[in-house]
Amino acid sequence: MKIKSISKICAILIGLQAAPVFAAGAVANEYRWLTFLVFSSIIAATMYITYWASKRVKSTADFYAAGNAISGLQNGWAIAGDYLSAASFLGIAGLISLYGYDGFMYSVGFLMGYIAVLLVIAEPCRNIGKYTLGDILAFRNDPKKARMVAALSTITVSIFYLTAQMVGGGVLVKTLIGIDYEVSVIAVGALMLAYVVFGGMVATTYVQIVKAILLVIASLVLVTLVWLPYGFSPPAFLQAVVDDPKIQAQVAKLLGTAASSMSAQELGQRFLEPGLFLKDPIDQISLGMALVFGTAGLPHILMRFFTVPNAQEARKSVVWAMAIIGGFYVLTLFLGFGAAIHVGPETIGSIDKGGNMAAPLLAQYLGGGESSLLGNFMLAFVAAVAFATIVAVVAGLVLASASAIAHDLYVNVIKDGNASQAQQMKAAKIASIGVGIIAILIGILAKGQNVAHLVGMAFAVAASSNLPAIFLTLYWKKCNTTGVVMGMLIGAGSAILLVLISPNMTYPQKVVTDAKIVLEGAAGQPATAAKASEGLLCEFFTFCQKAEPAKPVVEALDSLPLQVVLIGSAIDPNTSLEESKKAQIKIAALEKQIDKAKEDLGKYQHQTTSMMGLEKPLFRLKNPGIISIPLGFLMVILFSLLTRDKRAEDLWEELYVRQNTGLHVEDVSH
Amino acid sequence: MKQSNIHWEAVEADPRFQQLHRDKNRFLWRMMLFALVFYFLLPISTAYFQHTLNVKIWGVINVGLLFALAQFVVAWVIAAIYAKRANTEFDARAKALVDEAHNIKGLM
Repeated sequence: MKIKSISKICAILIGLQAAPVFAAGAVANEYRWLTFLVFSSIIAATMYITYWASKRVKSTADFYAAGNAISGLQNGWAIAGDYLSAASFLGIAGLISLYGYDGFMYSVGFLMGYIAVLLVIAEPCRNIGKYTLGDILAFRNDPKKARMVAALSTITVSIFYLTAQMVGGGVLVKTLIGIDYEVSVIAVGALMLAYVVFGGMVATTYVQIVKAILLVIASLVLVTLVWLPYGFSPPAFLQAVVDDPKIQAQVAKLLGTAASSMSAQELGQRFLEPGLFLKDPIDQISLGMALVFGTAGLPHILMRFFTVPNAQEARKSVVWAMAIIGGFYVLTLFLGFGAAIHVGPETIGSIDKGGNMAAPLLAQYLGGGESSLLGNFMLAFVAAVAFATIVAVVAGLVLASASAIAHDLYVNVIKDGNASQAQQMKAAKIASIGVGIIAILIGILAKGQNVAHLVGMAFAVAASSNLPAIFLTLYWKKCNTTGVVMGMLIGAGSAILLVLISPNMTYPQKVVTDAKIVLEGAAGQPATAAKASEGLLCEFFTFCQKAEPAKPVVEALDSLPLQVVLIGSAIDPNTSLEESKKAQIKIAALEKQIDKAKEDLGKYQHQTTSMMGLEKPLFRLKNPGIISIPLGFLMVILFSLLTRDKRAEDLWEELYVRQNTGLHVEDVSH
Repeated sequence: MKQSNIHWEAVEADPRFQQLHRDKNRFLWRMMLFALVFYFLLPISTAYFQHTLNVKIWGVINVGLLFALAQFVVAWVIAAIYAKRANTEFDARAKALVDEAHNIKGLM
């Protein structure tokens, strides 16, 4: 009996060795050609667009703003293409597949940000600005100072966002098709540079449109296939979610001991209820603020409003963008639930902890599974769309930072606005290449780094720095240079500082403790009571210790053979192929967890403090918005009231009439 | 930015501009405020009113899911209302002012 079970374990382990499906990428080797075929067709299509666009880019107005010749409908699709990053396509679907309802909360915030864009930002910006955020702020304020601080903020926000995209993209392409991380970062960078340098905003816009259409088509096909067996009835589909044993098991795992008294139905239902992922209410509100106010301050989104001819088209483009982005986010709910039913949260989580592989794996399943041609085609298609997504988003970000460097800093600050068209174009292209190379370098250097907080940070900085400055410049007569400069610096600075001392950073002591728990197990801990009185400050900072519930005993995972025996013995000799495969996945996940713990232990054993010299986070929230956004607004107001700026007040009438009427737009975009 | 020769103060002082601006502002702030309150009710209720969100309405579909989906509907409705009012009313009123301002410029 014993020999039999050991031989079975060996067979399982050999099986793992022989089919390293997940180590080499999600696409099976025999279908690699298919992946390359789909990837090359999409890349070829975008290269053709770039070639076509390159003949149309003659002036800086073409390069930065596509000659104002983009229509509202086209711009709506392009905004969707710019905004729906890999994080929203793969990340949100993944979070929903792992945590249910809470994943969907992100989608809501991402869309609601567009209400502020539509009502207060898009049209005035089109009426006042030319190519950049700096143009809007320089209108009333001291042009040089305003441009410098606007460029600084634009570059900061874009680099945070860019780094998250490059690192996330590198990992993603590696997981999907198995090419090296460095190679995929360079591929993303090189392709993006080709679009931007040769085709400027014209190529970037059309690549974003094509990519957004492909993304919507892919999601529609997947959701249709997910709904088909349930006769397109929402209650029937969601009933299947509740009844699914894989989902019930996931909820039980997430809830721990609290799940013991719940029935299977209750566990399934819990997946449709909030609280499995987002646990701190104040952090949720803070994140909500960053999303809702940050969207309107993202430089690469603002820049899109300069590509349309007038305020009417800018308005139309936001309305279209809201329809496309909102519709897409509703689909992600069903992509996530579909992946949870068909692939299962455990399998999704074992391949990628963040759940990023949920949508690609769902595509593979719906096409007929991992050994079918159609399944692999669909996986390859979704992977290629995700790749195009990363490249297009990065292109938009590079263009935004390059315009801040070339148009704001070089042409208007260094050359005082006296640069010929040829010089301006040259500066724009050199800046694009420079930012592109920096993006590739950062991508490679940040390999394996924790970048999850960077997108949240980009939104928080945009909301705390760019939005207060734009909003008050446009709507408040007393707003002036000192206010804008100080408000932006303090707003952005406080957001960054709070993130640096927040739980997002890596704290070696905690990593080591967690790794030791995996390897050696942990003794149970009794509940601890709060040390200091609970007050508002305690909600934000960790000066006072909060009450914590008791922790159960955790068993060590390190004795892998024991785990294998446990799983192996659960399989009797007549197990189906499917079940032994499940056991294989389970073992692979355990092995991965142990390797990770060992690696962490090696890496952090000799460090005791985080990058900021802290042993544990000082700031309790993951997102700084709730503090830094009001602070940004307050500082603009305070410093504007403390100083007087005659120019800012004199130009108020002109700005005010212009932003409301669009009068003189022809002068702005001469 | 080159100096323009439009009389901005004159346009700003024009009662029709003032009225347009007042109407627009009131309309925009109301919608913005409503959208913000409606949106922040979601994270607030997931934090403090979970039991209400967990009430089942249609099969297994609960208040929470419907409330989250309602956010999308509200966003779209606000966009539609704003676009309609701006397209049919604000644009025309602004255009009348713009045409006149260009005429004033022509006379100078």
